[in-house]
Amino acid sequence: MKALLLIFLIFIGFNFYGGEITVCKSCEISSVKDAVEMAEMGDTIRVKSGLYKENNISIKDKSLVLIGEDFPVIDAQMQGYAIIVSAQAFRIEGFKIINIGRSHTSDFAAILISNSANFEIKNNRFDKIFFGILIERSKNGRIIGNKFSGNAKSQAHSGNAIHLWKTSEMHIEDNQVEGVRDGIYLEFSDNAEIKNNVCKNNLRYGLHFMFSDGNIYSGNLFENNGAGVAVMYSKNIKMYRNTFKNNWGSASYGLLLKEITDSELIQNTFEENTVGISADNTSRINYIENNFKSNGYAVKIRGGCYRNVFKRNNFLYNSFDLTYHGHSNENSFNGNFWSNYSGYDLDKDSFGDIPYRPVSLFSYLVNKTPESIVMLRSLFIDLIEFSEKVSPIFTPADVLDSQPFIKKIQW
Amino acid sequence: MYKILKYSFFDLFRSRWSFVYFFFYLLLGLVLLFLNNDLSNAIITLMNVVIVLVPLIGTIFGIMYFYNSREFTELLLAQPIARRHIFLGQYLGVAISLALSLVLGLGIPFIIYGLFESSAIWDFFSLLVVGAFLTFIFTALSFGIALKFENKIKGFGMAIVMWLFLAIIYDGLFLLLLMYFQEYPLEDFALVASVLNPIDLSRTLILLKLDISALLGYTGAVFKEFFGTTKGSLISFIVLLAWVFIPVWGMLRLAGKKDF
Repeated sequence: MKALLLIFLIFIGFNFYGGEITVCKSCEISSVKDAVEMAEMGDTIRVKSGLYKENNISIKDKSLVLIGEDFPVIDAQMQGYAIIVSAQAFRIEGFKIINIGRSHTSDFAAILISNSANFEIKNNRFDKIFFGILIERSKNGRIIGNKFSGNAKSQAHSGNAIHLWKTSEMHIEDNQVEGVRDGIYLEFSDNAEIKNNVCKNNLRYGLHFMFSDGNIYSGNLFENNGAGVAVMYSKNIKMYRNTFKNNWGSASYGLLLKEITDSELIQNTFEENTVGISADNTSRINYIENNFKSNGYAVKIRGGCYRNVFKRNNFLYNSFDLTYHGHSNENSFNGNFWSNYSGYDLDKDSFGDIPYRPVSLFSYLVNKTPESIVMLRSLFIDLIEFSEKVSPIFTPADVLDSQPFIKKIQW
Repeated sequence: MYKILKYSFFDLFRSRWSFVYFFFYLLLGLVLLFLNNDLSNAIITLMNVVIVLVPLIGTIFGIMYFYNSREFTELLLAQPIARRHIFLGQYLGVAISLALSLVLGLGIPFIIYGLFESSAIWDFFSLLVVGAFLTFIFTALSFGIALKFENKIKGFGMAIVMWLFLAIIYDGLFLLLLMYFQEYPLEDFALVASVLNPIDLSRTLILLKLDISALLGYTGAVFKEFFGTTKGSLISFIVLLAWVFIPVWGMLRLAGKKDF
């Protein structure tokens, strides 16, 4: 990593010694395409503000720095890509790229990067896009401070804002994504760091991992997406201090985990999602110090989950704290705070003296017969829940918190 | 008939029972809104109360009123007034006064807390309509029971059992059937079963209007599709009306045949 960074710095340094080409509407060179063709290795191209109706601007094997001043607009006029890059050590900064056309056969993107390394895409604006930044077979890139907005209507006719395929060591920070299919999509992409991004109002997922190992995402906000984040078929994912909010609808999730192993969720907040976390076939995951607040279901554990640990989480005012399939499978729920816990603490060790059973009778029933959800808030259900609480018969006996906290856990 | 209606109505007015009922709802509404200040949350809590208490109060009140005014009823029967008018008048007097207490008692606090600026107004409106319907339904049922049983203890017992059945036991049987036949597709059955019981129907109608309906998942989607269409809302309205008219009709038939 350090060596790569050094190379990167050397390249940037190298760039400063290159020539400079200025592009503006009244200049000698008035098109970005011409400038790119003329430019030599290490040159800087400065583009003054204005409207440039160009597409398929191709940068091949040239280390260039493209800088837009006052957001020059590159209008791809709904045809092809705006910029296509395949090079080492380049930088694209300060552009506004608009009108990327939809296609069923090609993934037209504002910026297509393939077989590249050591690059930076910074502070650009993307509007009316199909795909935003599409990166293939590349490594060590930085995507920072970009803003994306699309007008995705249906999943089949829309693309992703940041799409990574077969990449490694990518750094994605401070981007804002709105109105596309998936905000950030990773497939076969390892060791990415995804930090402080905002993904809102997207059709499918805010962030989507497929077959991508060893990634970290932290401090992101996922709000009002079809589902906040989907992590599928991956391992060693670290999820820290993210907020999953208002992902509400009959098929919505805050976080969808499928076939995930050896991962960590620490200090995340799940608020007002239909389902906070839905975990399917996930093993050895530590859920530590997360807040689950006012969700429909806070956590849904489906089949095939082994040795997951829930510890020091706050479960606050969820309709259902936990639904659970099958046996305890060495999953542990000890040492959390549950707002529905009604026990007492006589020995003052700040743990409740009687264990808490997070699976309520109703959530057990709903799990067995989904149709019984129509009894939601019926007096009969309240009555049997009460009697089940007093003497549990149906709910799984081994799914319990034997050390429930008495007060909300501060972290 | 209107004279008797008016008489029953003002009788309840004078005996202050309408006021007790009215102030109870007023207090409930005010406290709820004071505690969580969020209209749609307050509506959910209120729904729980309305669906349990309104039928119970309608039942107890109806049967109590009928037994209490029995002597007066007998006096009226001696006059040249049609029987249907006497009983219909008394029934409407009680039911309208109860419904009015409910609507005003809950309506006033919500209006104070800015209902008209809120988007929750239709949810609240449907809550009131449903509450009024439940009052009419359960008062009619309890009048019928009171007519059927001379013995007050028996009558009271039957009325309570009737309430218990519709509010609790019905749901229990419903749930048992759902569990027993869980291998089969049950959406349509669940739909029919919850339309047939006025309490379940009211609960479903209100729940589907609120955000919480997202929890209902696939079954909820089926329900929403049904209740969302004009056909669905027409059917549920007709069922509620039938739940008022059939007990009233039965009560009047009983009254016509009965030897006082």
